[in-house]
Amino acid sequence: MSTVDDNTTKSIASGCKPLIAGNPTFSSITQRITEIVELEVKKTPKAWFIAFSITSTMTMIMSAMIGWLLWEGTGVWGLQNPAGWGWAIVNFVFWVGIGHAGTLISAILFLFRQKWRTSINRFAEAMTIFAVICAGMFPGIHVGRAWVAYWMFPLPNQMSMWPNFRSPLLWDVFAVGTYFTVSCLFWYVGLIPDLATLRDRATNKIRKIIYGIFSLGWRGGNRQWQHYEKAYLILAGIATPLVLSVHTVVSFDFAVGVVPGWHTTIFPPYFVAGAIFSGFAMVMTLAVIARKIYNLEDFITLNHLECMNKIMLVTGTMVGYAYACEFFIAWYGGNIYEQSIFINRAKGPYSWAYWTMVTCNVIVPQLFWFKKFRRNVPWMFVASILINVGMWFERFVITVTSLSQDFLPSSWDYFVPTIFDIGIFIGSFGLFLTLFLLFLRFLPMIAIAEVKGVIPQADPHYYEHHDEEKH
Amino acid sequence: MSQIFPKWTNFLPIAIIAGLIGSGSFAVGVIWYFGSPKFLDVGYRPKQPVPFSHRLHAGELGMDCRYCHASVERSYEANIPPTQTCMNCHAMVLPESEKLQPIRESFKTGNPIKWVRVHKIAEYAYFDHSVHLRAGVGCASCHGKINEMEIVEQKKPLSMGWCLDCHRNPVQHLRDLSNVSVTDMDWVPPSNQSELATRLINEKKLNPPEDCSACHR
Repeated sequence: MSTVDDNTTKSIASGCKPLIAGNPTFSSITQRITEIVELEVKKTPKAWFIAFSITSTMTMIMSAMIGWLLWEGTGVWGLQNPAGWGWAIVNFVFWVGIGHAGTLISAILFLFRQKWRTSINRFAEAMTIFAVICAGMFPGIHVGRAWVAYWMFPLPNQMSMWPNFRSPLLWDVFAVGTYFTVSCLFWYVGLIPDLATLRDRATNKIRKIIYGIFSLGWRGGNRQWQHYEKAYLILAGIATPLVLSVHTVVSFDFAVGVVPGWHTTIFPPYFVAGAIFSGFAMVMTLAVIARKIYNLEDFITLNHLECMNKIMLVTGTMVGYAYACEFFIAWYGGNIYEQSIFINRAKGPYSWAYWTMVTCNVIVPQLFWFKKFRRNVPWMFVASILINVGMWFERFVITVTSLSQDFLPSSWDYFVPTIFDIGIFIGSFGLFLTLFLLFLRFLPMIAIAEVKGVIPQADPHYYEHHDEEKH
Repeated sequence: MSQIFPKWTNFLPIAIIAGLIGSGSFAVGVIWYFGSPKFLDVGYRPKQPVPFSHRLHAGELGMDCRYCHASVERSYEANIPPTQTCMNCHAMVLPESEKLQPIRESFKTGNPIKWVRVHKIAEYAYFDHSVHLRAGVGCASCHGKINEMEIVEQKKPLSMGWCLDCHRNPVQHLRDLSNVSVTDMDWVPPSNQSELATRLINEKKLNPPEDCSACHR
């Protein structure tokens, strides 16, 4: 063996700190993660049942409220002239934004060879899918006549009408639809080897058959792995532009309009940064809880959490820059309507919402400059929740303040949400968490095969090196 | 390790995909055909309270549509005639007829006959008869040959797509009103129809609207 090879081997095997703590072996990783899923239904932890009953109750209350909304019309919301877009649109943007972390982690970090992603990518992707489901619900009920929601798609019909192809609202349908499809595919392809593991370990017939169907005959042969890696790489390539495009299109919903406070070119990058920001905050909230409850601190280590905090610091600062830039352009652009709307945001009737947003989104993440805060689990948990509060308020500020004080001062009004606005928003968390709890219970929440790939033993020269030490 | 699935299950994915494609296209076909206004609405022929024959009045006797539906040229609506219009003639013609008993009854009491509307459009769609007539669209273009119907029935789908077909390309339905009556049921487009229609469109500055608020006001 040449000296160069020797050095590389040494640096790989001993130089870097391992990503997964607790010195696990291949079989201990499998055991540790699959045992959560393989638990008998009767032995499901009580906490899971309690959480599930709460979240499913929230979901059912929301369903009842949506039922009434469809029966009675969107008037049950606080929508009024001139604020025709209220919480439903705010929630839509909020949830789509949250959905961005999954693809960023799974696709962009994959292409950049960020190996720490393997511990969090599976449930970040699951979170993405569930967030997009919540997001997709809101435009569907916001149209008021949900039974003709299919008009959003360009289908031939007896009306000889197409949707307006020049409208960003139609682009939204495609952007979010594509995003959902690709996210699902990506998630599922990643799951196949792990589903096969579950199938092979299954002791009862039903589990064997169900996991057997969904693992698509995976045997883990060399050729299969080769195809699999290629497919995963291609999907990552397809998903990467989507991370940027989806929220860009969502921002067009506003930026293409002529309403002051919406009509700005900074919206696409600003929205994308905000989306990644809120998505990581949500991953953080869920990761902190899940690693605690399921004792997965070895897999999701403080180093992983710190990496996420760094990303939140970066994106949070970008968002803060965008806020400042909006104000600067309002002043520098010399448009009095633009100026008045921004002064109103900071000092007008919605200033409480504006300053909540600034505090949560700009000030809170700045503490992550300090290593002490980046590695403090209770603090990052609180921060991640505050950030999502702030990000919700950001969408509220954009949507509602601009609309409620438009060009015609005589129609200015103050938006007041009704119980239906609030209930459906809270209920969407119920739906999100219900789906997430089901995921935790029935699917491996950490990508077993991928985590195995980043432990030191996965290095082909690992054992050679250890043999040398023995001699 | 024994196999979970027997060999024949290899056939299942193909069968399922084929089944989904097949049943999907079948469902689309069924909805496409049986759900269309062409299938659901054309041929609607409600029973009327009085056996009034359009074939007799408009066809054999040759009465003009506008004798009864008098407001059609001035109003958005082609009115259903009041009983008094019937009695203009039937005070003298067949005054004893059994079939006309409800008309005389209505005339005496002042309670209108409850005619059943045949051509319905949705309440959120605005339609104006007068403007179509002025443009030179004949009655028969939308109502069919009323003069040949014993009992009136709906001949056209009256769907939005059907409206738009004509709004987008009205050439085959425009008459030169200086030569032919708008109520002429037997009009067929002459051989030079496209030139004629182009001239009419230019002269009258016809511009059939296609925007939403043209009909959904």
